[in-house]
Amino acid sequence: MKVSVRFLTGLLLVLGSFGLQADTLRIATEGAYAPFNFIDSSGELQGFDVDIARALCEEMQTECEIVGQDWDGIIPGLRAGRYDAIIASMSITPERSRVVSFTDPYYSNVLAFVGPKDEELGTDAASLEGKTLGAQRATIAGQYLQDELGRHVEVRLYDTQDNAYLDLAAGRLDGLVSDKFPAYDWLRTEAGSDFEFKGEDIDIDDKIAIAVRRSDQELRERFNEALEAIVESGRYAEINAKYFPFSIY
Amino acid sequence: MDWIYALSDWLQALAAGNEPWNSYARYLPQLLEGAWLTLKLVVLSGIVGILLALPLALMRTSKNPWLWSFPYAYIFFFRGTPLLVQIYLVYYGLSQFESLRSLGWLWDEVLSQPYWCAIITFSLHTAAYIAELFRGAIQSVPRGEIEAAMAVGLSRRQQYQKIILPRAFGMILPAYGNEVILMLKGSALASTITLLDLMGATRNVISRTYMNLEFFLMAGVIYLLIAALFIGCFRLLENYFNAHQKATHLPTGKLDVQVQDEHLKDTAR
Repeated sequence: MKVSVRFLTGLLLVLGSFGLQADTLRIATEGAYAPFNFIDSSGELQGFDVDIARALCEEMQTECEIVGQDWDGIIPGLRAGRYDAIIASMSITPERSRVVSFTDPYYSNVLAFVGPKDEELGTDAASLEGKTLGAQRATIAGQYLQDELGRHVEVRLYDTQDNAYLDLAAGRLDGLVSDKFPAYDWLRTEAGSDFEFKGEDIDIDDKIAIAVRRSDQELRERFNEALEAIVESGRYAEINAKYFPFSIY
Repeated sequence: MDWIYALSDWLQALAAGNEPWNSYARYLPQLLEGAWLTLKLVVLSGIVGILLALPLALMRTSKNPWLWSFPYAYIFFFRGTPLLVQIYLVYYGLSQFESLRSLGWLWDEVLSQPYWCAIITFSLHTAAYIAELFRGAIQSVPRGEIEAAMAVGLSRRQQYQKIILPRAFGMILPAYGNEVILMLKGSALASTITLLDLMGATRNVISRTYMNLEFFLMAGVIYLLIAALFIGCFRLLENYFNAHQKATHLPTGKLDVQVQDEHLKDTAR
């Protein structure tokens, strides 16, 4: 059901966007990364990314259309001109920078350890020796776990973040490493209520930015100016506070 | 498995930092270790599967509803649901029950371990198919052979021990080999419960190197080699247990004149 609603919304948005004038800015997001972008019960795209996108459009005084797009195809779709920008919690990486242009970062991602409230979990290699830790496969958290702690802990990699949460809740994992802000969202759910962040955040210098086509430098500049403006005006802080009680900028 | 890493070091030295050869050499050991785990999973679940299948099939061929209804439902369930659903039920499903988690040894050493969850699921799954093979074979042992067994005064138990089950085992061998190869391919689902079998190791390597084509191709070749190994083993087993199918006719000329027959002369050539 979730998939079909998502598919239909995507289809409607894509169909709808054909009828819009050329000066409407089309922005893609994924819709599967709560609380940054997700599809609410009425089938609308919502979340931090979506709110930022709307605020930026307002600042630039441009009509905007937000479209949903699966993660795999999100960069190819941008290059094919199906939309003009991606605001979908995308990390700046060297590989991506070769094919798209990134604006200034609009938030910084950090990694964090999550573990059970009633158990001690040190976060240095020595005290983690012999523990079992999980992360999602093909993510920065998974790479960090393998590279930094692979020699000391048993690493379990999951297909989805949800499966990693399930195994943590089932007691198969002593802890997991994940992007901090989505994990923050999970800790507030009932399933996550017995768990908490452990130790210090892991700053891996992961910056999240808006992606545009490399030929669209003018649009990139406009986004940068608008971003600066909403940070100045406090609009950014307002949106931030709606999702997190701490600053993620 | 240290020799694999020694081999990898040697290959890496040979590649001398040249991509993509360096990556191939560097990640090959992970694939081979994955292949070893895949082999263990398939062999162990194939053996446990056939041991479970025998009593199931015997119960299934009974005429007593108390006996045949359980294996009937069991086989219906395991043949009728996807292996992925079964493995998720065992791994993520069972762990939802608090009471199971306080079982001590059974939880700590068995049900909390992805390896044993995979073995349990694969064994139960393949047992359902093998039981059905056994049932068909038991029912198709020629009536005449059973009558002959009765005629020489074998008890019911002896008939099963000496005639029906050995005959049935010979009959299911080719199909059992088939089932083990299907299981080999099904075992790739172990990667969904964090096991680093051949598929899991390959996906891990690809998430680091982004070399989808090369490493999936390598994994495919390794699966083919494992399948070839199984095919070879089953050929040997068939030659041993079904030797009668390969028996050559004796030259009739040397037989006693009284048992020489016209039709024997034809086939003897």
